Amino acid sequence: MELKAKVSDGVLICTVAGELDHHTAEEFKTFVDYNLQNNPVKHLVLDLSRLSFMDSSGIGAVIGRYKRVSSAGGRVVVVNESKQVSRVFKVSGIYEIISSCGSIRQALNKLQKRHDTFLKE
Amino acid sequence: MRNRNYMILEIPSRSQNEAFARVVAAAFASQLDPTIEEIADIKTAVSEAVTNSIIHGYENSEGIIVMKCSLSENEIVIEVSDEGKGIEDVKQARQPLYTSKPELERSGMGFTVMETFMDEVEVYSDTNKGTTVIMRKKFTSLTGEQGEESNEGE
Repeated sequence: MELKAKVSDGVLICTVAGELDHHTAEEFKTFVDYNLQNNPVKHLVLDLSRLSFMDSSGIGAVIGRYKRVSSAGGRVVVVNESKQVSRVFKVSGIYEIISSCGSIRQALNKLQKRHDTFLKE
Repeated sequence: MRNRNYMILEIPSRSQNEAFARVVAAAFASQLDPTIEEIADIKTAVSEAVTNSIIHGYENSEGIIVMKCSLSENEIVIEVSDEGKGIEDVKQARQPLYTSKPELERSGMGFTVMETFMDEVEVYSDTNKGTTVIMRKKFTSLTGEQGEESNEGE
């Protein structure tokens, strides 16, 4: 599994490449948590365009990160997940709490829009 | 004409073998020319069953997981079994979102995923003896092709 992190305007963008299963989940959790803790970020974007496989262990790992981010008022957006990953997401109902976008730019715009709306109110 | 075939795989309950078991099942199933989606379904279901044996069946100890696959005309039957601690209440275990290990951030969706991606899932378990999960999937792509051919002939 290949993991990369980038920070953009209060958003942590994690690229997750390879396969996310029980074997790789710990590495994913540790990586994301470390970066959430050590960067000035509120939201999390998961770039899944190079994630070729995920099972329910991945769901648990993503939900765990969602709980952490949302407890601090942030949101989680997944980007460009494959058909297989999307099907597993659908079964779990995770799309009720996590948005999906076709690109990182769209994800950042989405997060920014909500922020702006919040400020206007 | 599709011939029957079968295979048996024995692996230690190490998490690095989850991917290996998925790929083995997928490679074996490919003999029936399934669609990409059908292969993905099989890989996902096998991943869930093998992971359950590792995390729940054997917990912190190491044991053997046996995966048996068999192919018929247009169906695959996959059996994943362990000799781990077994499931006390299978009905409860199969409930969506139920997990006996919330501290591990388990989603409790393993059986639900298996049931969604395969056509049938049977679970047999004996406390302290082990668990066997039997999953079946018909390859509709094959049924579809046969149907179309006969229509063209008419």
